[in-house]
Amino acid sequence: MLELVIFSTLNGVVYGLLLFMLSSGLTLIFSMMGVLNFAHASMFMLGAYFSYQVGKLVGFWPALVLAPLLVGLIGAGVERYGLRHVHRHGHVPELLFTFGLAYLIEEIVVMGWGRNPIENRVPATLDFPLFTLFTTSYPAYKAFMMAVSIGMFVALYLVLKRTRIGLIIQAALTHPSTVAMLGHNVPQVFMRVFAAGTALAALAGVIGGFALLTTPNMAAALGPIVFVVVVIGGLGSLGGALIASLAIGIMQTFAVALDVSLLDLLRHAGVAIGRESALFELASIKIAQAAPMIPYVLLVLMLIVRPKGLLGTRET
Amino acid sequence: MMDGRPSAAVSVPLAGVAARRGRRAWPWLLAAAGLCVLPLVPGLDSNFVRSLVSQMGIAAVFALSFNMLLGQTGLLSFGHAVYFGLGGYVAIHGMRLINAGLPIPIPLVPLFGAAGGLFFGVLIGSVTTKRAGTVFAMITLGLGELVVAASLMLTRFFGGEEGITANRTRAPHLFGLTFASQLEVYYLIAFWAFLSVALMSAFTRTPLGRMCNAVRDNPERAEFVGYNPQRVRLLAFAVSAMFAGVAGGLHAVNYEIVAAEALGAARSGAVLLMAFVGGIGSFFGPILGAMVITWLQVSLSDYTTAWQLYFGILFIIIVLFAPGGLAWLIALHLPLARARMLHTVLPGYLAALAPALVMVLGGSLLLEINYRLATKPELGTRMSLFWVAMDVSRPWPWIAGLAMLAGGFYAFRRSWALVAAGWHAASERMREDGAP
Repeated sequence: MLELVIFSTLNGVVYGLLLFMLSSGLTLIFSMMGVLNFAHASMFMLGAYFSYQVGKLVGFWPALVLAPLLVGLIGAGVERYGLRHVHRHGHVPELLFTFGLAYLIEEIVVMGWGRNPIENRVPATLDFPLFTLFTTSYPAYKAFMMAVSIGMFVALYLVLKRTRIGLIIQAALTHPSTVAMLGHNVPQVFMRVFAAGTALAALAGVIGGFALLTTPNMAAALGPIVFVVVVIGGLGSLGGALIASLAIGIMQTFAVALDVSLLDLLRHAGVAIGRESALFELASIKIAQAAPMIPYVLLVLMLIVRPKGLLGTRET
Repeated sequence: MMDGRPSAAVSVPLAGVAARRGRRAWPWLLAAAGLCVLPLVPGLDSNFVRSLVSQMGIAAVFALSFNMLLGQTGLLSFGHAVYFGLGGYVAIHGMRLINAGLPIPIPLVPLFGAAGGLFFGVLIGSVTTKRAGTVFAMITLGLGELVVAASLMLTRFFGGEEGITANRTRAPHLFGLTFASQLEVYYLIAFWAFLSVALMSAFTRTPLGRMCNAVRDNPERAEFVGYNPQRVRLLAFAVSAMFAGVAGGLHAVNYEIVAAEALGAARSGAVLLMAFVGGIGSFFGPILGAMVITWLQVSLSDYTTAWQLYFGILFIIIVLFAPGGLAWLIALHLPLARARMLHTVLPGYLAALAPALVMVLGGSLLLEINYRLATKPELGTRMSLFWVAMDVSRPWPWIAGLAMLAGGFYAFRRSWALVAAGWHAASERMREDGAP
């Protein structure tokens, strides 16, 4: 039991940190430009595919840097030649543009690498058990994932709070026109933030590609969960996104490990539901089966209890 | 939330329609007459045409219900197929009850769909409409995923992957209608589609319909004059879900099966594509979009497996360059047509058409080659595209595609000056004549 708890917690934290790598970029872009980037998870997917392709040419370690840079360049292009043009039409057309883009990227990935999953293997240098506790061994690449994501947050925090460019970004979040008046090129700052956000998503894709299956529909599978994280955490709040990511990551990982159903719990409590009852099917679902639904159920509960989200301050 | 530009451009002719609506009954009569005689016209009296028009009718009702949210109330939903699908499931279970002896004739089955759509619209809408704008869009996406996940688990109601089937012929036969032929099904769908379109058009003129516009354009002012925007959003959401349920019910009657794909993300994306390509700023835009996209879906999928890619490109082009959709493009040309001056812009369009075709041909050649190599590598590098046999292990098909794409694009950009000149001449002439 203790073994299960320890390893589920570790796996949950890794998954949660991965979700936060995605949602932090999304939150940064959203709070700065008001743009909800539907294609954010697609950039994550591009990161996974690019690192596979670049890794075949030059090896994994250069790809860890090169793939996010490439995707960041694509992000800059998307902002400069696409988003900036729909920006004057308002936020919903921006969302629609990125929606179309997500659709397009999925098809382009199919065109480049086919529909089947690619063999995105863990590099040999990370493919060994780090430690063995009780009977289960913990793979080194998961520890590596954790290290990279934590390192990224520390870097992000330092850049935002301790550097001049971070100061300008923070100022542009709330007072873009004043920042422009002081002589800073705000559209260029926006473009750089967008590029940095997509590069972060791609970095998450590079290290998340091993843990998840690298297929063309991984963006469509992960995208809604990232959106849920952002809404639960509170729009525009990095701290809220961190809490929500870890909570969802840990809860989902624990749920997968629980092979019991409501029916079993009720039987313990002395309540029996007959096979003929309309509730039988609902009650007999195992918690492990229902794990994919957990983020969405949390979303509904959060909207009923606190529509602003955990640490959100504004309504829309 | 919705920006004024596309809708402002289109709402001018719409306002005109409202002012003169007494005289504008003839398009409705014409449409009704057209739907009645269409399947009997020689050449169009095949089951293929009947089934295509039936699909268009279902899609049109669904797209209009979607636009009730997006165009009219400013709410972008990424999970509208949930109500289509749930309405469809309620309707198919209704049909199964009828098969088991419930004395209700088949033509009333879409009402089951409407009831299902309305019920789930109120239930789910009471949560989703708490927020507006982009947050609303994210929430609908999440709830769509929730319903899809639930549909795969609760197999008693949803039937799992295979779905639920029913038989539309085993029912009380009203006026001898057995619904064994596609013709009878066509008339059933045409009737319900026409009725739904008329009702949705009437809804736009009700006080609630007007309040939806107010909540879309300025929720604070709407609140100031005494309306709760959240309540207005919920009412619009429920009515919209009800009509989506009617479309789902028609789907159930047409195919006699409802499966999990009916409420999935792909269908939610398709309805967004239809409404947007047709034009969300005009009432009839989504109908036009539903017809065009359905036709493209049926015809393109015969020729290419990459049709989703083309839809994606089409969608992005519309968002970037014509955010008012096809209806906006038509509305742009109406004043010219009225002043009998279409011929001044026509030469420019014709000059732009040729390079545009070359560009599209070159681009799709490259896409088709790539798609084939990626998805069916076992078929080798010899293929026949656009009736030309080629071996893509050689460089020339690639060079030809790239040359056509680049050359077409260059010529297209140059020809744009001619289009602009034609428009300039037309507007000069109209100003001289004192036309609006």
